[in-house]
Amino acid sequence: MAVLGHLELAKYPFLADAGGYLRECGFTLGQLADDRDLAPIRDQAFARVAAAVDEGKVYRPSIETSSHLPREVFSFLLAVVLLKMSGARHLAKKFAMQEARGAETLLERDLGRARTTSQVLLATEIIRDLSGVGIQKQEEHFVVPVHEYLRRAVTFHAREWKLINRRVESGLVYLTPHETVRLIRQELVNYIVSRIEGAATPPQVPGLQGFAERLSAMEARLRPKTAVSSGEFAPCVKHAAKTMADGDNLSHAGRFLLATFLLARGYTIPDIVPYFEKAPDYKKSVTLYQLEHLAGKSGKGTAYRCQSCQKLKTLGLCHEIPECAGIVNPLQFGVGR
Amino acid sequence: MRPPDASFIRRCMRRYYFERFDMIELPSDMPKREFGYRRADSGMVRHIQLHDAADLRVLLLQAVPLEVYVSNARYLLPSQPIPEKVWEDAHLIFDIDAKDLNLECRPSHTAVSCERCGHGTPGPCERCGHRGVRKTSVACNSCMKAAGEQAGRLLEILADDLGVREGVRVYFSGNEGFHVHVHDEQLARLGAAERTELADYVAFRGIMPERLGVTRDRTASLPRPSEGGWRGRFARGVLGSKAGRSRAAREISSGGYDAFARRVGGMASSLGARIDPGVTMDVHRIFRMPGTINGKSGMAKVPCEDPKKFDPYVSAVVLSDEPVHVRASCPVPIRMMKRRFGPYSNEYVEVPAYAAAYMVCKGLAHVVE
Repeated sequence: MAVLGHLELAKYPFLADAGGYLRECGFTLGQLADDRDLAPIRDQAFARVAAAVDEGKVYRPSIETSSHLPREVFSFLLAVVLLKMSGARHLAKKFAMQEARGAETLLERDLGRARTTSQVLLATEIIRDLSGVGIQKQEEHFVVPVHEYLRRAVTFHAREWKLINRRVESGLVYLTPHETVRLIRQELVNYIVSRIEGAATPPQVPGLQGFAERLSAMEARLRPKTAVSSGEFAPCVKHAAKTMADGDNLSHAGRFLLATFLLARGYTIPDIVPYFEKAPDYKKSVTLYQLEHLAGKSGKGTAYRCQSCQKLKTLGLCHEIPECAGIVNPLQFGVGR
Repeated sequence: MRPPDASFIRRCMRRYYFERFDMIELPSDMPKREFGYRRADSGMVRHIQLHDAADLRVLLLQAVPLEVYVSNARYLLPSQPIPEKVWEDAHLIFDIDAKDLNLECRPSHTAVSCERCGHGTPGPCERCGHRGVRKTSVACNSCMKAAGEQAGRLLEILADDLGVREGVRVYFSGNEGFHVHVHDEQLARLGAAERTELADYVAFRGIMPERLGVTRDRTASLPRPSEGGWRGRFARGVLGSKAGRSRAAREISSGGYDAFARRVGGMASSLGARIDPGVTMDVHRIFRMPGTINGKSGMAKVPCEDPKKFDPYVSAVVLSDEPVHVRASCPVPIRMMKRRFGPYSNEYVEVPAYAAAYMVCKGLAHVVE
């Protein structure tokens, strides 16, 4: 673990050992809840969560003067206590997300400004603690081993994150400070979520009860949105269906795409069979068997999923049109929220 | 396969596996691998667990399979169906197949025959009237040389860009291509999505013009030949020598961003390594086992030091040269062990066992009892 000073703890309070920090500063949870002089910290803690959730604001800690530093850590720790008391899980995730965004900015700045060996070491150790990624500085860039890069970058959908669009030399991927921090964003969020989830649920503390109830009310307002589909097929699926309808041969992967897409869209097996009837090698029994297998109705019951756009591109089955912008799976085509 | 042909191939294979078992390369952690095989007279048998060389020897000599496969993956329970195997890792494999290169020479060494009666015919069969034809490609040095060059290109990208220099083994597949196995612990843990990215990388697929210095607003800095990775490779391969570089750069970037993107997109086959991406991304596949015989050719999957110089029609010929009588309909001559065989037009000939097995496996000859 990196050895952190007060400044680093204020910037990255989730790295602090909460109980140890409170003890070290000579405080108890009861004092934080009741002490009139500490009311600004309680308000700041609540505001920290509320701003993240209601306004989607990224929290910017006040780190200019050293006297503010403990307050930043306290307000974070108290915010976690409030979230635990309210039992607001959605809220906790949103809070973690916004805290992570704030930390990203600071981490990016720390990486960008790191000049001395100790500065580089501290920044890279923080990244290692958060994500397990061993990064190194090379000239103005940070380098990450290819396998570490790939594990994280495959979840990004923007084309610039494809390995081919990166500078790759001798097994290392070159990144700017911004890209380095973006690469570990999800781990940063996961880290903060795990710190919140791992924190012990405190007893109901009267001085904090009001804040917790307000957070519970905010949690109730967070309702998942429902997706509405236009029912239109993605162009890759249209192409596959047309190939079949024209009686041309469609590759195994193309047939897999057509079948899994239709199954996922709720078509029944008898609905799907006609799509394959004009295949040059069509056999009803084989088609039925394969569709049942893909639907998870035979074999071990594994239902197969429609491949991602990325995979279809690699397989040469993608027929992208402008309306495909922003989707990562053909099933998302024509789906609005 | 007709019974006498199947019986001949079985005899050849049994003898090879009995006498040359040492040719077979046993995988590391053998009990964690899935084995599979196919016999001439039956479908695929998969999900087999073998514990050691003795288990494999028994399988080979009892079942005498036409094809023998082993997983690149290691599993906790290799004999279970795929969803229950508990995948641990899988070394990375790239497959280069000469048929995917679509070389101009291909029609000249492809035999076309009726898929029902086997009569050599370019269209509807003159003998039985059946319309379906079977196309069988036979030995071609040009194809193998081109495939070897693709393997060489892949090895260069693996070493220079991905830093993979140790643990890379190249094998002739036993028919018309190469398998490149990468034994690297970190890469072995990558899933299908990550492997798809690697496949796209080595194949030069999906590159954005910005990576090569062309943006929508302006042409910034086209790559220099001395640069590493794809930028350097692009500069050396497309922009050429220093003298003609600016002209080449002007030409390629004329027409703007979209035209450049289209041009670069079309360069995958000339710049990238032409691998089969479906093979690389599959983490549950079983592959022909090194040292075993390929049932499509009668030749063995064998390691090769330099794929550019490898002559499979000598180095992968492992069956005996005992004379065998066959009736051959092989319209294209084949060259093995520096000897020429054919062309044959439904002729009764005596050829060495390796050539007989090759033609029988390709469906171009039948053993005469």
